[in-house]
Amino acid sequence: MHIHKFEKIWLIFGITTLLVFLSVIGVSAFYLGNQPPSCLATINPEKVDTTAPFDKPGLKKVEGKEWDYELVFVASAFAYNPGQVEVPKGAKVKVIATTKDVIHGFEVAGTNINMMLEPGFISEYVTTFDKAGEYLIVCNEYCGVGHHMMSSKIEVVE
Amino acid sequence: MSTKSINTIVDRRDGKLAMAHFYVAFIALAIGGLAGLLQTLVRSGKYELPWGIGYYQVLTVHGVVLGLVLTTFFIMGFQLAAVSRTSGALTDKQRMTGWIGFWLMTIGTVMAAVMILLNEASVLYTFYAPLQAHALYYVGLTLVIVGSWIDGAALIMAYASWRKANPGKPSPLLTFMAIVNTLLWIVATIGVAATVLFQLLPWSLGLVERVDVLVSRTLFWYFGHPLVYFWLLPAYMAWYAIVPKIIGGKIFSDSLARMSFILFLLFSIPVGFHHQLMEPGIDPAWKFLQVILTFLVIIPSLMTAFSLFATFEMFGRSKGATGLFGWVKKLPWGDARFAVPFIGMLAFIPAGAGGVINASHQLNQVVHNTIWVTGHFHLTLATSVILTFFGISYWLVPHLTGRVLTKAMNKLAIIQAVIWAIGMTFMSGAMHAAGLLGAPRRSSFSTYGGSEQAAEWIPYQVAQAVGGSILFLGIILMLYIFINLAFFAPKGEQEFPVGEVADAAEKTPMVFENWKLWIGITVLLILFAYTIPFIDMIQNAPIGSKGYKFF
Ligand code: HEM
Ligand SMILES: [Cu+2]
Ligand SMILES: [Cu+2]
Repeated sequence: MHIHKFEKIWLIFGITTLLVFLSVIGVSAFYLGNQPPSCLATINPEKVDTTAPFDKPGLKKVEGKEWDYELVFVASAFAYNPGQVEVPKGAKVKVIATTKDVIHGFEVAGTNINMMLEPGFISEYVTTFDKAGEYLIVCNEYCGVGHHMMSSKIEVVE
Repeated sequence: MSTKSINTIVDRRDGKLAMAHFYVAFIALAIGGLAGLLQTLVRSGKYELPWGIGYYQVLTVHGVVLGLVLTTFFIMGFQLAAVSRTSGALTDKQRMTGWIGFWLMTIGTVMAAVMILLNEASVLYTFYAPLQAHALYYVGLTLVIVGSWIDGAALIMAYASWRKANPGKPSPLLTFMAIVNTLLWIVATIGVAATVLFQLLPWSLGLVERVDVLVSRTLFWYFGHPLVYFWLLPAYMAWYAIVPKIIGGKIFSDSLARMSFILFLLFSIPVGFHHQLMEPGIDPAWKFLQVILTFLVIIPSLMTAFSLFATFEMFGRSKGATGLFGWVKKLPWGDARFAVPFIGMLAFIPAGAGGVINASHQLNQVVHNTIWVTGHFHLTLATSVILTFFGISYWLVPHLTGRVLTKAMNKLAIIQAVIWAIGMTFMSGAMHAAGLLGAPRRSSFSTYGGSEQAAEWIPYQVAQAVGGSILFLGIILMLYIFINLAFFAPKGEQEFPVGEVADAAEKTPMVFENWKLWIGITVLLILFAYTIPFIDMIQNAPIGSKGYKFF
């Protein structure tokens, strides 16, 4: 099969760009640790309220870990617990969340925090809140009639 | 290519079968378009749905009727016509098979529609467990898929008869492409059929209490990504093999066209994890592997872009065009059969770039489940693919009904495409912008308790309603043209254009027809990408979920 010279150049250029691009996201993922949220821990979705750490939703200071705080959320149709929380500016926080019923989303608008909450699984993401202000948390996966009412708030304070 | 005398007219009886598919497809366009308009109006915050109709009920209608019904019926009708045109009329047995497929799909569609109207199935067209729809909704969707398999069987039987009558010869290009797309569809739909038949249906009937949510989603997305290539490949059939004839040029290379179709078959299936990047329970290394496989479809996409523009340029130069871009002026811009799909091709440039962003391991975090994604597939599916389908209809419908596309209708068709492009620029542009600010998709109007961030999204939602209204005008125009071509246009003979290969291009190798080889590699790639993560999922599964009906 014959391939035209210009097409060869076009494909070589395209495939080279593709390889560079894949290397960049690969290095970012495996060397710099920028992996998407992929926690493998499971939980019984019917016993969330009595399982640590979800028995005490909210912000908690922790010692001896790579992060300073753990921020625990429990989602259920159509609300998050806590419905509002304050976080000190500059704190390194591990967000830990799960759902008690159907699939929900957990998106902190204006940040890179965006993860799916699925019954039976725990979702985690470590991040630092650098900018003070109010951040809206929205459910971004359809969960029923009240889906667009489901929200919470993070206030990053000085 | 073939020694058998090539018929240039689709057999009338095959034409009826194809037209039956198109009637359903265009009824779906009417209903789905109205739903789309209502969605944008509701989301602007200035309009509320009457009679207790729910936003998510309307959105379920829109997704099912446009994403599943319109596409599947149009594609099956087009492929039946293309095979009949290039490989000869179907036998009675093959045509009967096609009709059985058509009726199963239609019955399934009606069942699903009734359940949605009764508000028993407001679970959207992706029906993620543990939201639980009425069992008849799942049965309906299953019938649509089984019907499409039977339709596909008719195509494969027709292909087999051609091969038998023409030993050692490569099949006609359009037939070959239709067969690749049919195989892709069959391999892909096995995933969704498995979750519906073995998980969701018994669960919704109460035969089992719980469902494994992650396994169900994984089977769904095993199907969900090749689904988009099933939509796209018929558009590529038109771009590669039909548009060259319409402009009066030649197909750049038959072999390269076949090769790119085979590459789509190989690389569009083992990649479903790129829709699950933000999910718990899947190891990120496996996600990354599928991200790499996802990006490999860029290669056949680049080949397609090259071939198309090479065809256009060769044609322009043969008409005496000079300079780097002189050939652009020689293209038949006044011919809707060319101009309308061309606008679709242009939309694919930003659409493809957006797709690269979506599939990038980490960038996905910024846009996942925001309205950006909706903006993206209204460019790919609802512009590139749909405008190409409209462009096909302008000659195929009159060809099948023994009528012609008049000058007046041709002009209206071009106006239709321009209106579509303008409406979509507003709607999709505003969706992309709002998505970057964090606005979620699949969401009715909400101020989120007076949040400042949410207030920033509202002007974009008003812009979407403006775009949506313009698009709805485009839908009315399209329906008007379709009805004209099907029932009222003057009698005559409208050509079914089929491209010929440029003289310089050489003989097509037979290896492309080696289905054992291609299906074998497809299966190996799927096993490679899915076996280990799937075993992990089952071994580490949490307790399953009971069903919820939150609608
Ligand atoms: C009048 C033209 C159209 C308008 C105004 C329109 C509007 C919309 C809007 C506003 C949404 C998002 C709603 C939300 O996320 O809350 C949507 C979703 C969607 N649209 Fe369209 N659309 C149109 C045409 C089409 C066409 C022609 C297709 C396909 C061929 C299509 C396929 C879809 C699909 C599959 C969804 C996703 C549904 C879901 O998320 O469950 N749309 N459309
Ligand atoms: Cu929700
Ligand atoms: Cu995909």
